[in-house]
Amino acid sequence: MTDLAAPAKPSAWRRIDPAVATAFACIVALLFVGSLYSRNFLSPEYLLQQLKVASFLGVIASGMMLAILIGQIDLSLPWVVTVGAMMSCAMGHGFWGSALAVPVGVLCGVAFGCLNGFGVAYLRIPSMIVTLATNAVAQGLMVVYTGGFSPRDSASPVMRYLATADTVPGLPNAVLCWGVVALVTIVLLKRTTFGRTLYGVGNRERAVYLSGVDTRRVVLLVFAISGGASAFGGVLLAGYASKAAQSMGDAYLLPAIAAVVLGGASILGGRGTYLGTIAGVLLITLLQSILSVMQIPEYGRQIIYGLVIIAMLLLYGRERMAR
Amino acid sequence: MSEWRFWLAMQRGTLLAMAIFIIMFTIYGANHPAGFSANVVQTAANKGVLLAFVAMAQSLVVITSGIDLSVGMIFTLTNCLASAIVVGSPLMAGLGVIAVLAVGALCGAINGLIVIFGRLQPIVATIATGAVYFGLALALRPTPGGSVEETLADAFTGRLFGFMPASLVALVAVVLVVWVPFSQSVTGRAAYAVGSSEPAAYMSGVPIRRAKFTAYTLSGLLSGIGGLFLTFFTYTGDAAYASGNAYTLFSIAAVVLGGVSLFGGSGSAIGAVFGALAFRTIGDLLFVFDFDPLWQPLFQGVVLMLAVSLGAFGLLRVKNRLEWFG
Repeated sequence: MTDLAAPAKPSAWRRIDPAVATAFACIVALLFVGSLYSRNFLSPEYLLQQLKVASFLGVIASGMMLAILIGQIDLSLPWVVTVGAMMSCAMGHGFWGSALAVPVGVLCGVAFGCLNGFGVAYLRIPSMIVTLATNAVAQGLMVVYTGGFSPRDSASPVMRYLATADTVPGLPNAVLCWGVVALVTIVLLKRTTFGRTLYGVGNRERAVYLSGVDTRRVVLLVFAISGGASAFGGVLLAGYASKAAQSMGDAYLLPAIAAVVLGGASILGGRGTYLGTIAGVLLITLLQSILSVMQIPEYGRQIIYGLVIIAMLLLYGRERMAR
Repeated sequence: MSEWRFWLAMQRGTLLAMAIFIIMFTIYGANHPAGFSANVVQTAANKGVLLAFVAMAQSLVVITSGIDLSVGMIFTLTNCLASAIVVGSPLMAGLGVIAVLAVGALCGAINGLIVIFGRLQPIVATIATGAVYFGLALALRPTPGGSVEETLADAFTGRLFGFMPASLVALVAVVLVVWVPFSQSVTGRAAYAVGSSEPAAYMSGVPIRRAKFTAYTLSGLLSGIGGLFLTFFTYTGDAAYASGNAYTLFSIAAVVLGGVSLFGGSGSAIGAVFGALAFRTIGDLLFVFDFDPLWQPLFQGVVLMLAVSLGAFGLLRVKNRLEWFG
């Protein structure tokens, strides 16, 4: 359905995805509403701060986006985020600990992702239930590992550097990390055959299999990447808070799914761009920030948050009638 | 195929869930330090029925090949509401119960309307409505508290005739009053048809919208009953995000253990009930074998993983590889 066949290039105007355009329009509208409330909303410091907060969700949502693109979903995100954070913190502070903290955290995430991928691709169990089980296993392992208490290890300097420092003045490293993840994902989706197959698998896995692609390996890889991205997000979060905590990932599952879907990706798979996901992440972050700046109590925030997501989806996320 | 073999094939998932539960519960009862007594059964029943109600709610929607990620939040909302209005004179408390159930059904109906007329994917639509319902619950109960009419609560959590757990009787009653009429009706069959193939159901003139709307509304009602029972057990209302979320996720696990296909069109709410009871027993098994409670989440996760992996044996029967990609 999507530009798999790469027809003659339509004009630039035509190529704009209406969903992505609407999402960006909503961001502008949110900023406008915010600026009516307070002048600070358009200040570079505030916007940069928002971008920094968004980059954690952005990294995490990248993996979710790939999983949704192939028509699956990764519900193991909350505890894989936590696994990434806890395992990287557990590496300690020595030279090797510091050097290996980030890769070890990410690799733990990849391992859980492979478990997901194996269940979905080779055992053909619905992703919703496999990833749920993986989430439970990851939680169980972490509970046993920490003994039920908050872990006492703190984040290593490398992790703190990645999440809080700014190498380029004025540009936080966290944003830079998201930028790198985003760039890799975009290149992967647009410039590699692997990326093309993802769209294919999302549309019709059978057809891709018959075209000679081992789709099972593709699905396995996607879940491995998704696990890695979640864990990397966890590493950054741990660096930002300078320690890992139980259930630190819980707050990211629904926003990650919402961000991907608000960015115009179909939850059924096969349709969506990374630009849309970026828009979705920014949209969710801004919405949460504006609601908290306006000092709306928690319950009001939840209600408005839910209503806004429904309203936006009604604007551009509707399916065709069954006819 | 003769009639009863056809019936057996249709109910395979439900019967399997029932068997798993009975085996697990027998092991549990036989090894319980206090022996297999009415008390043990009552405690287990009270723990199990909450998830059973929520799992039933989930199964109705899953049968139409949808999913309701707001069941846990409706459960939390009705819990908070019940802790506020099921109080006072018997009449007031009775009206309160009706109001709580009505709110549950209303929440479900809203989900249904958004999915049917908004044409949004159930998974994202119910995530969003779940946030709204949780916000409402939080508005009602910013901090845990409230109370409930105690004689009513005790009547539903105690024992009938000295041995039957009242909560279990209530569960059976709900199955008989809600699920059995639904599954026997044209609407219920339409729900299965929609779950199997929506285009085919549409072509055959099946009342798609009525089926979906009824499934979502009843799902809200059942979550509401669950929330009401939670209030009866705890005497308080608590808008806890983690607990609501856990119930949503456990309900999906219970539904799958109960033999309801996540692709829709097969399984039954009765299977989901046994799935829920079995899922709860997994956690309790560790207790009787005197394991460190720290290992409980891991054990639960591994058992869940193994249980869902059993479905993979179906792959051995596949003759054409293309069936992998269903």
